[in-house]
Amino acid sequence: MTSGIIVSSEVDSTLFELLTKGREVSQQLGIQLCALSLRDPDGKNAQECFQYGAQEVVAVPSIGPSGLDPEVYARVLFQVMKEGGPDILLLGSTKLGKETAGRIAQLLQAGCASDAIGISVRDSELLIERYSLGGNTISSEVITTKKKIISVMPRTFEAQPAPTTGTVTTLDFKPPPQRVMVVERREKAGEKVSIESAENLVCVGQGLGKKEDLKLINDLCAALKAELGCTRALSSDFHWLSEDRMVGISGKKCKPKLHVSIGVSGQIQHTVGVMSAKLIVAINKDKEAPIFKIADYGIVGDLYQVVPKLTQRLKISAS
Amino acid sequence: MKQVVDLQQIRIKRDTREPVLEGLPLLFGDMDKNALEEAVRIKEKHGATVTVLSVGTPKLKETVLEALAIGADQATLVIDPVCDGSDPAATALVLAEAVKKLGGGDLILVGEGSADNYSGQIGSRLAEALDVPQVTYVRQLTVEGSTITAVRDIENVLEVVKVDQPVIVSVTSEINKPRRAPLTQILRASRKPMNIWTLKDIGLTPDRLSPVHRVVSNLAPRQQRKGILFEGDLDEAVGKLADALRKEGAAP
Repeated sequence: MTSGIIVSSEVDSTLFELLTKGREVSQQLGIQLCALSLRDPDGKNAQECFQYGAQEVVAVPSIGPSGLDPEVYARVLFQVMKEGGPDILLLGSTKLGKETAGRIAQLLQAGCASDAIGISVRDSELLIERYSLGGNTISSEVITTKKKIISVMPRTFEAQPAPTTGTVTTLDFKPPPQRVMVVERREKAGEKVSIESAENLVCVGQGLGKKEDLKLINDLCAALKAELGCTRALSSDFHWLSEDRMVGISGKKCKPKLHVSIGVSGQIQHTVGVMSAKLIVAINKDKEAPIFKIADYGIVGDLYQVVPKLTQRLKISAS
Repeated sequence: MKQVVDLQQIRIKRDTREPVLEGLPLLFGDMDKNALEEAVRIKEKHGATVTVLSVGTPKLKETVLEALAIGADQATLVIDPVCDGSDPAATALVLAEAVKKLGGGDLILVGEGSADNYSGQIGSRLAEALDVPQVTYVRQLTVEGSTITAVRDIENVLEVVKVDQPVIVSVTSEINKPRRAPLTQILRASRKPMNIWTLKDIGLTPDRLSPVHRVVSNLAPRQQRKGILFEGDLDEAVGKLADALRKEGAAP
């Protein structure tokens, strides 16, 4: 195995996004691109990795992506990366991936950049961008150890096929005894929505007085053909909306074409999740609310008056 | 617990996009407070000694009083100019050595990520450095004898796990609502035991903490928003907004 980049995620779509980015970076650095494939009895996943530009696949038949233990996952990566193995790891920053990133970094005594939102090559060095100071700034940094661990937010890069062929190596891995025992797995309650892929997104915050008033917001969503998102308080504290609608640094990161923010003050922990929207509209009665600083268009006014008027107006235009 | 500047109060210099951090209030991060609250609740239910462990600069001594007032029994602070909290590898090494010197700990609670950096590496690095199991993203925790049962949040799934102590648990903000420090306790807090250690006290030298990152720049993102605000008559404002959205091709 030649030194290079290895890419891994338990989520296939993230794996292909990372392979696409890994391909660009490996070409610039002139090194090999390798993918880790977890339990893949028919070799299908390995073949998909070649579709996205992997030059080599390390298959671990004994370890599956479902219910994967981070302690075990880190040891798989350690066995692949130690000594002459790949120096750079791109790992999907899912919760499992993020825990594993810290572990493998410690095992390899390596530097680790978590939740990267950008990776580029400058002067033959890898430059990583990530949010810092709670999302107030973007830090560009270089990892100075030989081994480099980078966890990347899912959906940061777009997966683009680039078919290649390559070799599959099977890793002889003996899992250590598992110390954390999973006694139950259950799906979270709530509807299954995926606000990350919404073209139009409306987000509501604590300007809304009570749960029943969500109807106002839903009417606007219908008029805009938008998905509904919310701040942490509305899902985690008040339980008015399910968690899969929560937007922000610990929730969903969205890239809608149109984002309408209603009764949201604009704390950075929330706005980080919509910063890459193409167009941002804010409605808030407080002219000083930070949300207006990141808005293209804003209305200073009571949402209870503004939202029904806007819904009405959009309905008329649509008819 | 990690001391951070009040992130809500950060100003950005308009010309250079640099953040202004001087003179900002220092506090513990929100999720660190969730971790402390959970420790105090476990103590109240089962009896335990709660130690606050923090690494940082001399100003920590003031911030930690709040944690002691909330219910921690004692504090251990590792204070050194090189410990500015910007490098998770260095912070984890210091914490690991301090935990060893404190004689371990049955349950090590941390926030899922710090308020400023949110790298989420500390728990994982500690788990490997101390060879202790870890449960991350915990939103519900029960202690029964030497076993803990935790409900952990992994995207669309909740996992219920069991593990024997000692264990590291990282908590999310859903786990509890941290109490405020009662005024009566704030005065008493300064009389609680506080160990103040240097790197030398835990057998480390500054060269072992040499950073594994080099920050090239740290600036606010470029703002290219239009910033057009409609005020006054709401019918008129809504009309203007609807027109603008139509022109942008963003609405019917």
